[in-house]
Amino acid sequence: MADTTQPTADLSPAPAVKKIQDERLREVSFLTKIMRRPELGALAGLVLVAIFFFSTADASMFTLAGIMNILSPASQLGILAIAAALLMIGGEFDLSIGSMVAFTGLVFGAFITLSGWPLLLAIAGTLAVAAVLGGLNGQMVIRTRLPSFIVTLAFLFILRGLSLVGLKWATGGSTQMRGIGDQAGEGIVRELFSGVAFEGVFSWLAAHDVIAKFPNGQPTVTGVPVSIVWFVGFALLATWLLLRTRAGNWIFAAGGDANAARNSGVPVDRVKTALFMLTACAAALVAVLTVLDAGSTDARRGFQKEFEAIIAAVIGGCLLTGGYGSAIGAFFGAIIFGMVSIGLTYTRFDSDWFQVFLGAMLLLAVLFNNFIRRKVTGER
Amino acid sequence: MDTASNAPLIDIRNVVKHFGSVIALSGVSLTVNRGEVMCLLGDNGAGKSTLIKTLSGVHRPTSGEFLVDGRNVTFLSPRDALDAGIATVYQDLAMIPLMSVTRNFFMGREPVKGVWPFRFVDFDHCDAVTREEMHKIGIDVRDPHQAVGTLSGGERQCVAIARAVYFGAKVLILDEPTSALGVAQTSMVLKYIHQVRQKGLGVIFITHNVRHAYAVGDRFTVLNRGKTLGTYKKSEIEIEALQNLMAGGKELQAVSEELGGMV
Repeated sequence: MADTTQPTADLSPAPAVKKIQDERLREVSFLTKIMRRPELGALAGLVLVAIFFFSTADASMFTLAGIMNILSPASQLGILAIAAALLMIGGEFDLSIGSMVAFTGLVFGAFITLSGWPLLLAIAGTLAVAAVLGGLNGQMVIRTRLPSFIVTLAFLFILRGLSLVGLKWATGGSTQMRGIGDQAGEGIVRELFSGVAFEGVFSWLAAHDVIAKFPNGQPTVTGVPVSIVWFVGFALLATWLLLRTRAGNWIFAAGGDANAARNSGVPVDRVKTALFMLTACAAALVAVLTVLDAGSTDARRGFQKEFEAIIAAVIGGCLLTGGYGSAIGAFFGAIIFGMVSIGLTYTRFDSDWFQVFLGAMLLLAVLFNNFIRRKVTGER
Repeated sequence: MDTASNAPLIDIRNVVKHFGSVIALSGVSLTVNRGEVMCLLGDNGAGKSTLIKTLSGVHRPTSGEFLVDGRNVTFLSPRDALDAGIATVYQDLAMIPLMSVTRNFFMGREPVKGVWPFRFVDFDHCDAVTREEMHKIGIDVRDPHQAVGTLSGGERQCVAIARAVYFGAKVLILDEPTSALGVAQTSMVLKYIHQVRQKGLGVIFITHNVRHAYAVGDRFTVLNRGKTLGTYKKSEIEIEALQNLMAGGKELQAVSEELGGMV
């Protein structure tokens, strides 16, 4: 810096225009910059939880197989949580996600077993149904100006009930629909939505003794479950969308202050509707992944997932009031979830402690987020 | 074309706005020229807010003429008004406290790069522009990523005005920009309004503080009960007369005399 009168702590080499030095403002410290990241709490939480299990759990928890065990449920929840996080940042809730998983699972199963559609068409059809239902949710919220909490609470029951009725109707009285996995067929589309990925890499690693293998040379972990690949991919995509695109800025704006956003030319209603559709499609994706995995679907699929998804999003730094949060935070939130729910079985603790832990974690996260929000907005 | 460029930026004639049985505006006329601060004065309920919302495309007038640059216009949405170069800085600022200065500055008009679906916002460029524009108006934004909530009221108001100017506004409508501000903050905003006028923009400055209006105004239009009471040049009217006109009669003067000073 040519201007020697500039304080050395000033990292920004702004043109040497007359600066207003306000002695009441401290320099932006590294710490403050870190604090501004909404996902900080989730990352810290993840580290704490990992340390806890490192010191209490059986060592097998942190083997490759153990980590896959944790990430599998985390990935299914995580896909929902990331979508829920985007919607929360956009200022709305969707309590119907869990029921949406059950309902789209039924729709998907019906397309495969009753209509006999090929897998790709069945998946596309399921996503389309989800998009329409999500759009309906969104339009209801926007048109009626009712809180999305209450509108989607209604849909929670409607869709759960429809799933039950529909299943009984489709199967002749059962609440479970079997044989979806058998009729889905094999092929590239099936590979994308079920089983494991990167098998070649894993067997190569096993052959070179990098990862554990059975005596016959097969790796103990044959690959990464595809749901984890979808989870990571979705987290990256959502983060990019939120932080680097115009749509991302509109999501923050719509959730931060819908009126101010509208006055600035942001199409708030379109953004919110799209977010509701995205959330429903995420639920449909989870339905497809889990139904193909299990080979069947039942009426309790996705039960209470809406709460878990919202909790993961809040742990990930989303404010309940909207306008603030992150997708990568929800990613970490979901992993915390998976780690605790699965991890407790590796310890001597009763796994029923899970719910206690969950509630405590949520409370901590909300308190922490509230503190951070006041810090960010300079409120006192 | 010559007549068009000499025509006032905004010229509204006999604008009427009804909300059901409520007559919010009953014949308002007003002009704004280039490089002029036009102060719109009126007490609560005079129809200021309705008039602004009509000008900025939120409401459509029930009847009356609305000319921009000499041409008749009908705005269907705030976006139309923005495209015509009429930018409104609302009292509630149209700023989002939780979002960064940069994100607020470009909200709704983010410049994008790349090919769809990989289009993205060039936030480095946005940060640089924000920092520079803030420098121009004398606000030192240390970090364009800092949330708008951390700025003072005056600074926020200036950011909102700077944003409108940067995006090519020809007419700025400022809705009570100084009403919630302290003395130093107010002078900061008034100074900036003067700067905007010198750039050749037309400014409609809405206030019910006559002193603030008199400090920067070129002309004053007084609104009362949905009607224009008249428009005066600064040379034509004294500050006391303006105050009385705005208060709608002698009452205030009587109170003022009773209290032994000016209200």
